[in-house]
Amino acid sequence: MARMVSTRRKTINTVLAWGVGLIIFFPILWITVLSFKSEGDAIRTPIEVLTAPWTLESYATVQERSNYLKHFWNSVILSVGSTFLGLLVAVPAAWSMAFVPSKRTKDILMWMLSTKMLPAVGVLYPIYLLFIRMGLLDSRLGLTIVLMLINLPIIVWMLYTYFREIPGEILEAARMDGAGLREEILYVLTPMAVPGIASTVLLNVILAWNEAFWTLNLTAATAAPLTAFIASYSSPEGLFYAKLSAASVMAIAPILILGWFSQKQLVRGLTFGAVK
Amino acid sequence: MKLKYALRAATALALISGAAANAETITIATVNNGDMIRMQGLTDEFTKKTGIDVEWVTLEENVLRQRVTTDITTKGGQFDIMTIGMYEAPIWGKNGWLVPLNDLSAEYDVNDILPAMRDGLSADGTLYAAPFYGESSMLMYRTDLMEKAGLTMPEEPTWEFIREAAAAMDDPENGINGICLRGKAGWGEGGALITVVANSFGARWFDEEWNAQFDTPEWKEALTFYVNLMNDYGPDNYATNGFNENLSLFQQGKCGMWMDATVAASFVTNPKESTVADKVGFAMAPHKDGISKKANWLWAWALGIPAGTQKEEAAKKFVEWATSKEYLELVASKEGWANVPPGTRQSLYDNPEYASIPFAQMTLKSILAADPTNCCEKPVPYTGIQFVAIPEFAGIATEVSQEFSAVYAGQQSIDEALAKAQEITNDAMEAAGYR
Amino acid sequence: MATRHSRSAARLMMAPAVVLLLGWMLVPLVMTLWFSFRKYLPLRGGDLGWVGFDNYASFIRSSAFWPSVQVTLTLVVGVLAITLVVGVLLALLLDQPMWGQGIVRILVIAPFFVMPTVSALVWKNIMMDPNNGFLGHLWRAVGLQPIDWLSQASMGSIILIVSWEWLPFATLILLTALQSLDSEQMEAAEMDGAGPLARFGFITLPHLGRAITVVILIQTIFLLSIFAEIFVTTGGAFGTRTLTYLIYQRVLESQNVGLGSAGGVYAIILANIVAIFLMRIVGKNLDA
Repeated sequence: MARMVSTRRKTINTVLAWGVGLIIFFPILWITVLSFKSEGDAIRTPIEVLTAPWTLESYATVQERSNYLKHFWNSVILSVGSTFLGLLVAVPAAWSMAFVPSKRTKDILMWMLSTKMLPAVGVLYPIYLLFIRMGLLDSRLGLTIVLMLINLPIIVWMLYTYFREIPGEILEAARMDGAGLREEILYVLTPMAVPGIASTVLLNVILAWNEAFWTLNLTAATAAPLTAFIASYSSPEGLFYAKLSAASVMAIAPILILGWFSQKQLVRGLTFGAVK
Repeated sequence: MKLKYALRAATALALISGAAANAETITIATVNNGDMIRMQGLTDEFTKKTGIDVEWVTLEENVLRQRVTTDITTKGGQFDIMTIGMYEAPIWGKNGWLVPLNDLSAEYDVNDILPAMRDGLSADGTLYAAPFYGESSMLMYRTDLMEKAGLTMPEEPTWEFIREAAAAMDDPENGINGICLRGKAGWGEGGALITVVANSFGARWFDEEWNAQFDTPEWKEALTFYVNLMNDYGPDNYATNGFNENLSLFQQGKCGMWMDATVAASFVTNPKESTVADKVGFAMAPHKDGISKKANWLWAWALGIPAGTQKEEAAKKFVEWATSKEYLELVASKEGWANVPPGTRQSLYDNPEYASIPFAQMTLKSILAADPTNCCEKPVPYTGIQFVAIPEFAGIATEVSQEFSAVYAGQQSIDEALAKAQEITNDAMEAAGYR
Repeated sequence: MATRHSRSAARLMMAPAVVLLLGWMLVPLVMTLWFSFRKYLPLRGGDLGWVGFDNYASFIRSSAFWPSVQVTLTLVVGVLAITLVVGVLLALLLDQPMWGQGIVRILVIAPFFVMPTVSALVWKNIMMDPNNGFLGHLWRAVGLQPIDWLSQASMGSIILIVSWEWLPFATLILLTALQSLDSEQMEAAEMDGAGPLARFGFITLPHLGRAITVVILIQTIFLLSIFAEIFVTTGGAFGTRTLTYLIYQRVLESQNVGLGSAGGVYAIILANIVAIFLMRIVGKNLDA
């Protein structure tokens, strides 16, 4: 028995939700507007800003000053690379935790998550020294590894919660049919886990894309991603709102668009599979 | 064992990829200030001339500091040239971390560089970084508002006169503040400003025994004067205003006076950015009546070469090029003399074309008035004017300036802040083994 | 069904993840511990020998230490409170029938994609700057004196910025949980005469328990190490210095790696206390 919803109530809901949604979205909307204005116009009152002429000036300046594409590709390589490297390690671990649980499984999971609480600044010097020793400074390889390690606990945990939803009977049936461990994972589990894995990948790409401490401190010219690109537009001399807005839009747009297009998987991913 | 191989392979890979790239590519870390961005734009001229490619790492000042300091102290070798300030250059040079610049070519004419700049970037008489641009502090004021108030700015105003003028020009109804000064926390921001103000009231950071001096009447007088001046005639939110915030206020015509870096002069007189471009006058940084030291600081952004770089020769070529007379002419030919990086070379000020620019002579005079080896009315054990050239200073002064900014925001009293500053400084100096 | 064979296989499969994370934790941890007992001043010639517990003593004696712990906890609790309360309200709203639900959801989750440095820069300059920022203009438009958010309401502003970043996360989780709520149960309660508040308190909220647990757990992990938002906005001034930021000041601004490392060890201890606390109150909820 579906409840009737009056049009009036629906209207109120709509207005309220759109209002709140727009307030939350407003800062992003506003930098998008400012990025198409000249520096002088960008600091005027909002109404003057809206009526000021639109221009691509700031994007042109940013394009001229920075190698956006290089930073963009570094971001792509680092976030995608670290996520897939993470999957390689995490899938087997999550599998064994989900299907051959022991008394300590939960403790191990919690311990993994707790490694994320260490303050990164505290270990900057040790890690920097290690990276020098290993020749990994300013290399995509080194940063990929670091990003993978940072996000590994989250990947393991998410996959674990997804795998647990897969009924054990299916595995038993497969085993009865003579499937070995390898076949079991490849042909039975993986197909069932694809949606979960997709969500995991998506969320971790976002987390890696936005990581701003290690990506800034362990890179120079070669491996610097978009976080370093942004650091050259924050608080320079003179007016900078329009350039900062343009650079910000360029840095967040790719991931924003990716996120919007894959909203369904992302919503699933954000809930860590722990909420149905 | 396997891990070791993997690491070795990774190292080898990194080395190969490094070697495969053009051997003549240098990496330069720099700050995102206007003059450096211009230099970045002119890189092609350098490459054309020498065949050396340049990779730029342009970062915001705080991030840059953190980045290059980590790299130099750990000998990370990420950069072939680093943009550093007058604070870092002597400390790093003394530690042997920078390549000495004592074999610069004859046409570079190192003696043309202003002595104050050379001294500030040297340790034990050896130059460790070449100044890209230099600055002192000076007073910028609105000629139209002064006229309206019926006042004439002397060339060397006292703080008492500044207060009077601020009172006369202050016009909250029309959004004009009598005076704008930095109050933002950070040793290079509000910390530098309050230190030179204190110097011009006869105060100092340390006595000859490295005892902090925040408990002296001079400091209290200086801080009290500054806080009263700003509360009465300054912008409402001066506690978070730094160089950039004040620049924007002044350009929009919201300040009667502004004492800050001499490099600001070219921004406030640039009609493209400033609404008051043709109404700006310049005077020396103020001082308290009877005190010989003015509130002049001295700073340079300079190019240094980390010791141990594989590309020392190429790096030196770039440093020479970017800080040469030729570079100044190049900028002048493309962007006009007003946009030349100022404050480093005597020949620039001898050039009649440059000398005709309204702020040129006052800039030079301000720089010459600053003596980094003798900052204060009373004797001190340190070099530097708005900073103390010891490694501990940046940390101490940032915390001290945060206490002061809390006063500006009305969150604690002057006495509380001075007491905390005294404690922070003495604790840190004790830990470092000075006392 | 788990045979000995599959148990050892399971261990083998878990090994890479465990070993890697153990390494990622232990190597820096051991180095931090080592540095924390040494006088290590990079600008003064590096490692200058053993100092025993001196670093630990002076870090905890410093007048900045306890306030920083307090600020850290205020930040975590403040952001959790805001994101949970607003998140539940927003989730309830978004669960109602309306036009354009998909688009509203897109608007609401957008902040999650913005990198912390960018959101801090945008809020600090383009929104909160009293002279040129949007809120300043807005205040002036209605005849008010613009507020200098980052000095007058520093802690609140940072909590606001961080909450903005994390609200999408909380809302989405809570919304998903709401959508799985059994509507028949609700209707039954309604027929029994339970009002909307009673229904919310006795049916909705308990149903959200697990989702709230996940929000608290994940957010706490990320919030304890908040850095960029403070670095960009206040630089630790006006009472916004968290423990993480204090360590940054010791290690990088003061260039005292020994002292900073001792701070790092305290931060690890604090993180573990929080972790144990979390496990006690929320860990049970995680059993499916």
